[in-house]
Amino acid sequence: MTIKTTYNERLEDKLTGIFAGGHPKYHEKMKEQNKLFVRDRLALLFDDGKYLEDGRFANCEAGDLPADGVVTATGKVGGQQVCVMANDSTVKAGSWGSRTVEKIIRIQEIAEKTRVPMLYLVDSAGARITDQLDMFPNRRGAGKIFHNQVRMSGFVPQICLLFGPSAAGGAYIPAFCDIVIMVEGNASMYLGSPRMAEKVIGEKVTLEEMGGARMHCSVSGCGDVLVTNEQDAISEAIRYLAYFPANFTEMPKLVEPKSVKEGRSLEAIIPENQNAPFDMYEAIDQLIDEGSFFDIKKLFAPEIITGLARIEGRAVGIIANQPKAKGGVLFGDSADKAAKFINLCDAFGIPLLFLADVPGFMIGTKVERAGIIRHGAKLIMAMSSATVPKISVIVRKAYGAGLYAMAGPAFEPDVCIALPTAQIAVMGPEAAVNAVFSNKIEAIEDPKERLKYVQEKHQEYREQIDIYKLASEMIIDEIVAPSDLREVLAMRFSAYSTKHIPQPPRKHPVYPV
Amino acid sequence: MTKIQSTMAGTVFNIVVKEGEEVTAGQTVMILESMKMEIPVEAETAGKVAEINAQVGDFVNEGDVLVTFE
Repeated sequence: MTIKTTYNERLEDKLTGIFAGGHPKYHEKMKEQNKLFVRDRLALLFDDGKYLEDGRFANCEAGDLPADGVVTATGKVGGQQVCVMANDSTVKAGSWGSRTVEKIIRIQEIAEKTRVPMLYLVDSAGARITDQLDMFPNRRGAGKIFHNQVRMSGFVPQICLLFGPSAAGGAYIPAFCDIVIMVEGNASMYLGSPRMAEKVIGEKVTLEEMGGARMHCSVSGCGDVLVTNEQDAISEAIRYLAYFPANFTEMPKLVEPKSVKEGRSLEAIIPENQNAPFDMYEAIDQLIDEGSFFDIKKLFAPEIITGLARIEGRAVGIIANQPKAKGGVLFGDSADKAAKFINLCDAFGIPLLFLADVPGFMIGTKVERAGIIRHGAKLIMAMSSATVPKISVIVRKAYGAGLYAMAGPAFEPDVCIALPTAQIAVMGPEAAVNAVFSNKIEAIEDPKERLKYVQEKHQEYREQIDIYKLASEMIIDEIVAPSDLREVLAMRFSAYSTKHIPQPPRKHPVYPV
Repeated sequence: MTKIQSTMAGTVFNIVVKEGEEVTAGQTVMILESMKMEIPVEAETAGKVAEINAQVGDFVNEGDVLVTFE
């Protein structure tokens, strides 16, 4: 009995030390920053707060490094089995030693073998420089974590919740995840800290400006979802996960359908004037199950909307031009944003809905120098190579390469639907008439005559691109009344759900980057 | 001092606010014309217009200051 008691006491002592995390002063600091202790985060994340932990005793002989600064666990989230790694920033600022890295690699291996989603709860200062030979360069060093992430990309969903810093090499964990949720004020990503920037390149800058959550979610595009606190970050991750299957071999789950949000009809929302802005979010609300929209990169490149939603209970990925922001014109950033989103949906069997109202790709010196053509190519390649069901809806205009980018007829959408307001052309009437007849227009001296001539040409052009003419030529497959669109989409997505396209026999395409 | 910058290259089509006017966050201050589209430029924060830095018909590039708040 006594021996047993001694054994038990020893175990309990060890566990108490491990569960307590780092020194109380660091717990205090976290509270001040409105941050939760790693085990409280996990309790919120997992169903009923229950999880299995591996490597709990890692580095327990060191005394001051409980769990070696990372908790790795498996458990259920929203009913789905997942694997998780979660940094403990009360232990040496969540820095990585050799056992930390080994634990992360092992939990990734379990996620891969059991084919379940992998979640990364990041809050880490980066490498423990004192341990660098043991954790940095070798075959099972930190590089292996990223190598695993790349191998698992598109195999299982990978989600990053950024609660604190993700510094230097560690910043590649979010970079290789499907989605990055960032807590404003606390989350940050950077290769070199502001202190390093000042020393090495002489730049004086704050952490928020250089690598803060808001900056990354609105300017760099490295962040996808900006939240105000950790509780919201966790609930958003749970909500996101529900759209996805456990791995690429399974299909996303159907849920109970809901009706649309009460609001104005599509007819009322979409202005007749092709050049007048409107809010595409309001139109999306009239197509999807109420409350089902999960906006990805809302603050970045707002001229294109990318988000997960449900139509009659079925998960769909929506790519929609937003005429309210920059006229819905496509830029380099908009192309990047949509390309990544399409890749994400295609990897996990989520069908795609394109809502086109696009004047084309931006022109001018600034965007050409920034390589808009190669950025645009990424979007067109991602859309073109996606083999999930693809429905293209021409809401209003689809001009030039904008038609291509939004899954126009040449890119084998399962159906290309036009609303009665649709207008498909190389360019809009104003631009086209200017391009073709500019010499003639300039030759007419009387301003009234000139205007009359231009208006006549506009009218002729509109007749050439009349949507019924395109339907008659079978360029578009169907013209649908806006009030019927939701029902048509639900039926068509259901009809195409068994779509299967074998991959061409090659290694992989040469990606434009 | 808050500055409202052009979100994209284009021509100033319409100036909606006047110097000295109080503006609320989200209010349209100027409309640009670009790619044949009307592009509303909104104030990110509330403020009082100190200066309008572009005239109707001006070409403005992405990042150019359109309106300055006090």
